[in-house]
Amino acid sequence: MPVKVFLFTSRMSIFYFIAFLSILFSLLVIFSKNPVHSVLYLIITFFTFTIHYIILNAQFLAIVNFIVYMGAILVLFLFVMMMLNLNKDSEPTKSIYVKLAGVIGGGTLLVTLVAAMKGLAKSQPVVLQNVNLGSVKNLGQVLFHEFLLPFEVSSILLLSAMVGAVLLATKDSNPKSTKPTV
Amino acid sequence: MESLTQALKVVPLNHYILLSAIIFSIGVIGVLIRRNAIVVFMSVELMLNAVNLLLTVFSVYSNDPNGQVFVFFIMALAAAEIAIGLAIIVMIHRNTNSIDVDILNRLKW
Repeated sequence: MPVKVFLFTSRMSIFYFIAFLSILFSLLVIFSKNPVHSVLYLIITFFTFTIHYIILNAQFLAIVNFIVYMGAILVLFLFVMMMLNLNKDSEPTKSIYVKLAGVIGGGTLLVTLVAAMKGLAKSQPVVLQNVNLGSVKNLGQVLFHEFLLPFEVSSILLLSAMVGAVLLATKDSNPKSTKPTV
Repeated sequence: MESLTQALKVVPLNHYILLSAIIFSIGVIGVLIRRNAIVVFMSVELMLNAVNLLLTVFSVYSNDPNGQVFVFFIMALAAAEIAIGLAIIVMIHRNTNSIDVDILNRLKW
């Protein structure tokens, strides 16, 4: 059986295999009961996205996706889950009608997008014209010449986000506070 | 690396759009059907990543590096958004002992 699967996938292009993995693991993210399992499946999903970036020869984005998403953001998710002690399955399930309505709503969005795409002309294949398009050198030149002001503004955004996160998440230790601390 | 970029040449643009649309819709479904606030945040991350992939594909397709710079800015924005959002979730959990999003309907009135 595994040999058969391997022969089947070796005949396919690598893109379709990785795309299949992306869709499979993103489905597992939203349908798994345990939130910790969701985070782990999300890590695998982002890894498949990194492989997509490597296939597109966007080296800078592949590295940034690997470091920022898989290294920082998902570790942040896991830390919050550990702090809140949420590793047990405590989520009350929604009724089956609400779930069905959600799936139908998302499916309707998908059908609309695909139908709009079918209205386009037959698409050209995606061909990489310039090999150095996604390299760190090329993107750095664009970033620091044309996008210097947005780059600095985004640094201010990150600073304010850091201050806001600390302000929101620290425990209110003021005894004069009227808020009931639970 | 060369063989990987060779494999790209047979993939039409429509298939990339289809993949991004499917993953974006999965994110929308996740936001709609889950009640755990952290899983809702993860679904939002899925949607952001679908858009990132599509921007990169269009950047490669039209040979324009601006799209990839834009993806970089989206990643910085997502990091800030997740930091603030998780801090709000921690605060809500401290006040209500739950992260069920259906509890948070008190702002309705």
